[in-house]
Amino acid sequence: MPPKLEISRREFVKDAGGLLIGFSLADSGIVPRVLAAAPAETITAPSPSRLDSWLHIDKEGLVHVFTGKAEIGMGVSTAYAQIVAEELDVPLNRVVMVMGDTSVTTNQGGVGGSTSIMLGAKPLRNASANARYMLMQMASQRLGVPADQLEVKDGVVRVKGDASKSVAYAELASAGDLNDTLKVSGDGFALNVQGPGKPKDPSEYSIVGKPVPREDLPPKILGRYKYVTDVRVPGMLHGRVIRPSGVGATFVNVDETAAKAVPGFVKTVVKENFVGVVAENEWAAIQAAKALRVTWTEPKQAFPEQQDLYAHMRSVPVKASRETLKRGDVDVALASAAKKVEASYEFPFQSHATMGPGCAVADVRPGGITTVWSGGQKPHELQKGYAQLLRVPVDTVRVVWVEDAGSYGRPGFEDTGADAVLLSAATGKPVRVQWMREDMTAWGTKGPAVICDLAAALDAQGEATAVRFTSRAFSGGETHFRPGDAGNYLGAQLTGIPNTSGVDEFAQWGAESAPYAFQNIHAMAHVVPAFYDSASPLRTTHLRDPEGPATSFATESFMDEIAAATGADPVEFRFKHLDDARAKAVLTAATQKAGWDTRPSPKKAATESDIAKGRGIGLSTRNGTYVGTVAEVEVNRKTGAVRVTRFVCAHDCGLIINPEALRTTIEANLIQSISRSLKEEVTFNRSNVTSVDWVTYPVARASDVPDRVDVILINHPELPSTGAGEPSSRAVAAAIANAVFDATGARVRQAPLTPARVKAALDALRSA
Amino acid sequence: MSVASLKVNGRVHNLDVDPKCPLLYVLRDNLELTNPRFGCGVGQCGACTVLVDNRAVRSCQLTVANAAGREIVTLEGLETNGKPHPVQAAFIAEQTFQCGYCLNGWVLTAKALLDKNPHPTDAEMRRSFESLVCRCGSHVGIFAAIRRASESAKRSA
Repeated sequence: MPPKLEISRREFVKDAGGLLIGFSLADSGIVPRVLAAAPAETITAPSPSRLDSWLHIDKEGLVHVFTGKAEIGMGVSTAYAQIVAEELDVPLNRVVMVMGDTSVTTNQGGVGGSTSIMLGAKPLRNASANARYMLMQMASQRLGVPADQLEVKDGVVRVKGDASKSVAYAELASAGDLNDTLKVSGDGFALNVQGPGKPKDPSEYSIVGKPVPREDLPPKILGRYKYVTDVRVPGMLHGRVIRPSGVGATFVNVDETAAKAVPGFVKTVVKENFVGVVAENEWAAIQAAKALRVTWTEPKQAFPEQQDLYAHMRSVPVKASRETLKRGDVDVALASAAKKVEASYEFPFQSHATMGPGCAVADVRPGGITTVWSGGQKPHELQKGYAQLLRVPVDTVRVVWVEDAGSYGRPGFEDTGADAVLLSAATGKPVRVQWMREDMTAWGTKGPAVICDLAAALDAQGEATAVRFTSRAFSGGETHFRPGDAGNYLGAQLTGIPNTSGVDEFAQWGAESAPYAFQNIHAMAHVVPAFYDSASPLRTTHLRDPEGPATSFATESFMDEIAAATGADPVEFRFKHLDDARAKAVLTAATQKAGWDTRPSPKKAATESDIAKGRGIGLSTRNGTYVGTVAEVEVNRKTGAVRVTRFVCAHDCGLIINPEALRTTIEANLIQSISRSLKEEVTFNRSNVTSVDWVTYPVARASDVPDRVDVILINHPELPSTGAGEPSSRAVAAAIANAVFDATGARVRQAPLTPARVKAALDALRSA
Repeated sequence: MSVASLKVNGRVHNLDVDPKCPLLYVLRDNLELTNPRFGCGVGQCGACTVLVDNRAVRSCQLTVANAAGREIVTLEGLETNGKPHPVQAAFIAEQTFQCGYCLNGWVLTAKALLDKNPHPTDAEMRRSFESLVCRCGSHVGIFAAIRRASESAKRSA
């Protein structure tokens, strides 16, 4: 590392003059550690090949850990601290996490794909093991004893059997830097480093695997935490954006008269179709944005009527296709089937609708260092993208990740940052932008609508011999998929920068998500074209477990439909077609805990009461993580209202780092998934998204919470850790739909399972 | 602009602000009490909750003029002598919340509820919290924390 940067990093951890971006258990977990954010002279990302790019031990013995990852509320920062403390043999409260600041952390691809523990922890574990190795060499020299006769406890190296001979890490580290060179492999999520120091065997763990309390929670609950909404920069102004009157509408003119009368008004910013307003304080910015009279051209009628969405998706020529599974010959099996089962499932556009609308602060300094504070999960991508937006070199832009209001993928926080950059550049002042609720819910990014058609062949003995899966879906990534491309961002697209940031991402049933061993299986995925290629309020990108809940709603509902057609119990049917021991284990664990009543669905009710009760199963696999979920529901036959009364979720993600943080993450994911399964559906008309707030985009509330949630954690210390942030959301919709079928005999194939849809299915059943 | 006298967390502030300005922005921008958070601006979510005369109130819906002269407590003001409020202690013990952006609503509504009704039934609890949003879905932990706070009040009674 160049000396200059080293100094700046040292200053970074010493200086208390700036903004909070990290936390320390050293402060009893109570006081957020304040870290400097003052712009350095030059911004050069640290090289991953340097050990001290990953961690630094200060003279008080605090271990400062630098990672390009971010804490989005699931306990990753605490888990990382556990991993580092474990390898170094230091107390957990001596570890300070510094996350997501592009000037001091390596690019680990940011947060995504539930990979923070699965992949992102690896270089931290290895760097820590190498730091320990290096410190042992130094201690060996210092104490004149071979390294193999030394041991470490609480950051102090001692001679085995002679406690009088010892030296602390702090003393060693201040005498010589941890500047070893490490071998680098991979990049992005897969970035890893290796050196002569080998990590511990899991059998030696004493900190990893313990239910350590999350370090971010006491400051949050005690009101001492700072979110990106709370970043304050000297001279900072407040901005708001004004979006077009509909998709494709272009700017005609603006009447500023009323806005200018708002005390504190500073400036209206117009750049092509990007319109914003800047004021001295937040209330003034909100009032000025409302007072601005913007005239737009008629919006395009780019969307179909909502009720025609799925018909549109079926009729439009597909943009791209991919075969994701092929075993045997499904066509032959279907042609010769004694009986066929066919069903189609539909899953709507869903919104991130984060708890708070996106917020960011940008301090654009032409000729100097631009700093952007953002809650976007991928700070190093944002750094490149914002640099391109400003047409400045990447190393003159620093992005500092600070937690925003909940993040489940790419919610649009990235777009808010671009808005802040545009407004700061236009005013020459630091600008804080927070979106209004409608900017987030209506104009934020969306998860794609997905249709899945399934067919199964049953032979004369009633055995399922073949399954065919065909999806038609909007791409999971119409935007935000080219790191460094300014065209990623809504605001940039409105300024006329083309959206070249999309990729064809398929709603696929692939080898890893289809664990069933059917003799013949075939899966095809088709992408349908975006409604509008630029600045669309229905533009899609990653929402938690992208496409997973939609495809699993189809495949796991369909497994139950085949089971019902063959008169089999849904769990026994799955067992019959599973080879994978871990998949079987989560099913066994969940059903045993739930007291699963083994019988075919639907339940034969003696009398038909208004409230029908049933149970359903869902199995999911995702990048090596296995989840079995039982949902128990009550269905009101009169209203169609569904209430989940109980969940049992068995979860196997290999080696568990922190069981308590894992349990709470799964619990919350299950509730969010109730929300997505029963309530969430983006509404729209021909030109606009009409889901604009919590009334028009309802989510789960207190009354929707089950009476009981049991989470069963299956730990496999002998296996590597796999993901845990997303997998438990996957099969919830199907488990609920299967429970509704079990309770009533009505099969609902369109999500969310609103009372109207369930009622319609019940009515159809009666009239059948 | 006019001078409003606001009593927040036991301190009186005389502020020259627009009397029609919602309390939320004055707390955040003038008094730098940033815990009440902007969630929706239309009273649908509770992220901006403060206590006004010990009732949980949405500060995005209360003008400065209507807040003047009343006892306002924000999350910052819940601790006494550096000791967490029992409701806060219960939330910490239960490891509740993911992002935590919504928590002013839950913690302060819980405090107001338990002051009035120290041992709410499950149905009373759900009813009191129905108007709040937690987008991350941390409700299981939230309910556990409120039950814990209620139990600890029982023990210390």
